[in-house]
Amino acid sequence: MGTKTPDGLVRRLLESLDHRAVITDPVRLRTYECDGLTHHRATPGVVVLPETAEQIAAVVRVCNEYGVPFVARGAGTGLSGGALPRTDGVLIVTSRMRRILSVDVADRRAVVEPGVTNLAITEAVRDLGYYYAPDPSSQQVCTIGGNVAENSGGAHCLKYGFTVNHVLALEIVTPDGDIVELSNTDPGYDLLGAFVGSEGTLGIATKITVRLTRAPETVTTLLAAFDGIEQGGQAVSAIIGGGIVPAAIEMMDALAIEAAEAAVACAYPEGAGAVLIVELDGPVPEVTHQFDEVTRICRENGAFELRVAADPAERAAIWKGRKSAFAAVGRISPAYIVQDGVVPRTALPEVLASIDRLSREYGIRVANVFHAGDGNLHPLVLFDDAEAGAGERAELVSGKILDLCVEHGGSITGEHGVGVDKSRYMPKMFSDNDLDTMQLVRCAFDPRGLSNPGKVFPTPRLCGEVPGVRKGVHPLVESGQAEQF
Amino acid sequence: MDAPHETGGAPLAGALHRTGVTIREAGPDDAVAGVSPRWVALPENTGEVAALMRVSAEHDLAVTPVGGGTRLHWGPPPERCDLLIDTCCLNQVLEHASGDLVVRVQAGLTMDSLAETLAAEGQELSLDVPLDGATVGGVLATAVAGPRRFRHGTARDLLIGVTVVLADGTTAKSGGKVVKNVAGYDLGKLFTGSYGTLGVITEAAFRLHPIPDDRRWIIAELPAPGTPGTGAVRGDGRPDAPERPGSPPGLDVLAAELAASQAEPSAIEVDWPDARGGPVVAVLVEGTAADARARAVRDLMAGHGTARITAGPPGWWGTLPGEDVLLEVRVPPSRAGGALRAIMARGLPAHVRGSLATAALQVTLPPDVGGSAFAEFVSRVRDDLGRLGGGLTVLTAPQELADRVDRWGPVGALPLLRRVKERFDPGRRMSPGRSVGGI
Ligand SMILES: Cc1cc2nc3c(=O)[nH]c(=O)nc-3n(C[C@H](O)[C@@H](O)[C@H](O)COP(=O)(O)OP(=O)(O)OC[C@H]3O[C@@H](n4cnc5c(N)ncnc54)[C@H](O)[C@@H]3O)c2cc1C
Ligand SMILES: Cc1cc2nc3c(=O)[nH]c(=O)nc-3n(C[C@H](O)[C@H](O)[C@H](O)COP(=O)(O)OP(=O)(O)OC[C@H]3O[C@@H](n4cnc5c(N)ncnc54)[C@H](O)[C@@H]3O)c2cc1C
Repeated sequence: MGTKTPDGLVRRLLESLDHRAVITDPVRLRTYECDGLTHHRATPGVVVLPETAEQIAAVVRVCNEYGVPFVARGAGTGLSGGALPRTDGVLIVTSRMRRILSVDVADRRAVVEPGVTNLAITEAVRDLGYYYAPDPSSQQVCTIGGNVAENSGGAHCLKYGFTVNHVLALEIVTPDGDIVELSNTDPGYDLLGAFVGSEGTLGIATKITVRLTRAPETVTTLLAAFDGIEQGGQAVSAIIGGGIVPAAIEMMDALAIEAAEAAVACAYPEGAGAVLIVELDGPVPEVTHQFDEVTRICRENGAFELRVAADPAERAAIWKGRKSAFAAVGRISPAYIVQDGVVPRTALPEVLASIDRLSREYGIRVANVFHAGDGNLHPLVLFDDAEAGAGERAELVSGKILDLCVEHGGSITGEHGVGVDKSRYMPKMFSDNDLDTMQLVRCAFDPRGLSNPGKVFPTPRLCGEVPGVRKGVHPLVESGQAEQF
Repeated sequence: MDAPHETGGAPLAGALHRTGVTIREAGPDDAVAGVSPRWVALPENTGEVAALMRVSAEHDLAVTPVGGGTRLHWGPPPERCDLLIDTCCLNQVLEHASGDLVVRVQAGLTMDSLAETLAAEGQELSLDVPLDGATVGGVLATAVAGPRRFRHGTARDLLIGVTVVLADGTTAKSGGKVVKNVAGYDLGKLFTGSYGTLGVITEAAFRLHPIPDDRRWIIAELPAPGTPGTGAVRGDGRPDAPERPGSPPGLDVLAAELAASQAEPSAIEVDWPDARGGPVVAVLVEGTAADARARAVRDLMAGHGTARITAGPPGWWGTLPGEDVLLEVRVPPSRAGGALRAIMARGLPAHVRGSLATAALQVTLPPDVGGSAFAEFVSRVRDDLGRLGGGLTVLTAPQELADRVDRWGPVGALPLLRRVKERFDPGRRMSPGRSVGGI
């Protein structure tokens, strides 16, 4: 068994789980040592593969008994180390909870287990004329439980919103092992909304009711090639400023295009310094009108080539380069960091210019791929891990990009989450009071701090078992840890 | 620490005045559901709210925030209330970044003045504007939403950042002013539906949308239920009984067809004032080619009643069906018709209105319905709705009626809600008792 977990823990786990569902073999344990953020690694104490909410609840209760932390894991595609295991804890993997429990088109909803992949939902309802709207690029593998925990987005979230806008109810196992329903029809505080995006720190989602979205009457996808990012950016501003909310509006710069070309031969227009992908969907008359507007705006802003997808195959061809961008940079660089930050959309030109300066100053190439419509940047910071000091310089550039985001009133993460990777940046965005207040929620759900501890918050808050009636000054102020002004 | 009530008003009033915030003695009009506060404070910014809350913490004052005061009486009376924090002067637009389609406002800004500011730039917050005078903070705290919830969601879906002041005077913010942001917990969501029991919302930021080019309403009057000519609802109408042909209003079918329509309506509403008559269904289409899309909707509705297209909404659009007794009903969308029948079949003069497509309906009854009839109605309808997978909440009712029922019905998450309340307001000084389960 895992060396750091207490004696007897595994035996207790085996009381509610089949022996094949409890992994203690060190070799097998190691396959779970990291998520998509591969430079953070820890071998979990024990891994369990439950099949039901009751089993998860039982595992969580055992963890409580021993005071052992637990971490949920879906597909492990997270990019912020959210599913990084604890050597002294239990990793609860949802890979055996992959059933779609019901699909109800009349209610426009489906109920699924947490291990179901994002794309599997869409595949199950596509023939009925529906789909599940949030579409992270990792949708073929990432799980809906992971999406809930990260409040994942995707290219089409500009028009349709994020995971939180598409989850109608959850069954969760609370950090003390109770099974509780949270629903968007419940009166009172929106706990459902607070749970989504909490990165596994408020409990484990065991059943998810998602909204199904009607497939639009028509979809038009267009690719516009520009000489440079600047013109592309102006086109984006003019489109949004003109009152159009495209389903998606994505941009790639020259370096990202080069990488995509090398990896998947996407055949984007030669000589493009930037490409813009705009997808419009909805009722035919609306899309027709918007298409005319968008093409006019692109031309006016210097697009030298416009391609329109005539069918799904051509649409897929346009998206291919964009969707493969992260992995593709592997073709042009031995190592890279995927960054995720947000700026107000109008600050994009300025921020991109600053990133360019950083890149030249530190001699680190940065490829830019972004959700241009909502200012969500994914700079890919490229470096050669064989070169001494390159990794550190890349880290530095990557961190400075986040500083830029915060300086411009943006966010340190638009969709990949805080996890272990960015908890140290949280104080750049939030004051101690902000973070302490957020942790009041954590204390309400998880007073013992057992559910995915060490994630999201730079400093854990001590909850105190029973909240006493507090009068006068805040204890943190009293102890000099916080200022209240 | 002083025991406030024994030390009398003077030192306390002094402490409140020393915050520099405008304070006045409360009058009879300031009562919160019958509970009279002693003072009313009129802060102008978050810092002033924090100063007031610190004094309140030191002197153990119970506080209730008030926005426009349009629905301050909703919910049970507070267990106690010393200070009313009136947000009327927290009414500034802090930042309208029109290029980013984002606005940041103080929470006491009224929804109609916000709409006016945004309209000047051709933008809107895609929520329906509630009663005159209702504020941003009030809309968030009550979580009431209008017709367009079907396409745009409710306030929580468009809220991207919030600043709140807690019972102990701590100021905290979450989110920000960008539409995409997953850093930290979302306190805005938590405070949605909080009825002033967690703290004071002082600022909010929202995602905006361009004002649609054009709007059309398609209105259809559906025939009365029951055998044609008799105009009566069968008293034994079981909610889960299949709809009989000729037994109007075929609402489930119509609702499903409308919701799935490629004309993409923004709202699908029903108004059913009287069981002896039929319901009216009104649909809103917005945006480009609204006319063509409205005709498509009209054709769809034609099979169910006479449908016409109008350039303006019906008079009842976006308003609640009543004032004194209001219940909110939620069921899965395909059960809206069943829920309507369950309500109308109970033999009381109920008036139902709301979102047919999301099956969020409000019901009103006459205030003189009588305690036992009311209690029976709530309990029977709740049973029926339970079978349909839904529930019922009493938004407001005269005390003598409300006392006869559980306002919220069973809420599975109540223990968690309680724990959140205990952490945020351990002294129970924020509108104590006003939300679910008396938290
Ligand atoms: C589209 C729409 C239509 C509506 N139509 C009607 C209608 O026809 N009839 C009807 O009766 N109602 C209607 N309402 C409901 C109603 O107007 C309220 O929900 C309204 O939003 C309350 O706003 P207010 O500023 O007047 O809040 P108030 O009445 O002042 O307060 C309401 C509650 O919110 C709390 N609160 C207020 N401000 C804050 C704050 N800053 N921080 C924390 N808590 C706060 C208060 O303590 C109180 O519990 C409608 C609402 C909507 C959205
Ligand atoms: C190539 C690539 C592309 C990506 N593209 C996008 C994108 O476009 N948009 C986007 O938003 N993200 C994207 N991601 C990030 C990642 O796919 C998402 O964060 C995804 O939601 C993670 O799902 P998962 O099942 O892999 O979760 P994991 O990585 O296993 O876990 C993520 C977090 O969720 C928690 N968790 C998992 N299951 C549960 C549960 N049932 N209950 C509670 N907590 C749980 C974990 O503890 C952890 O904190 C991408 C990642 C990759 C590798």
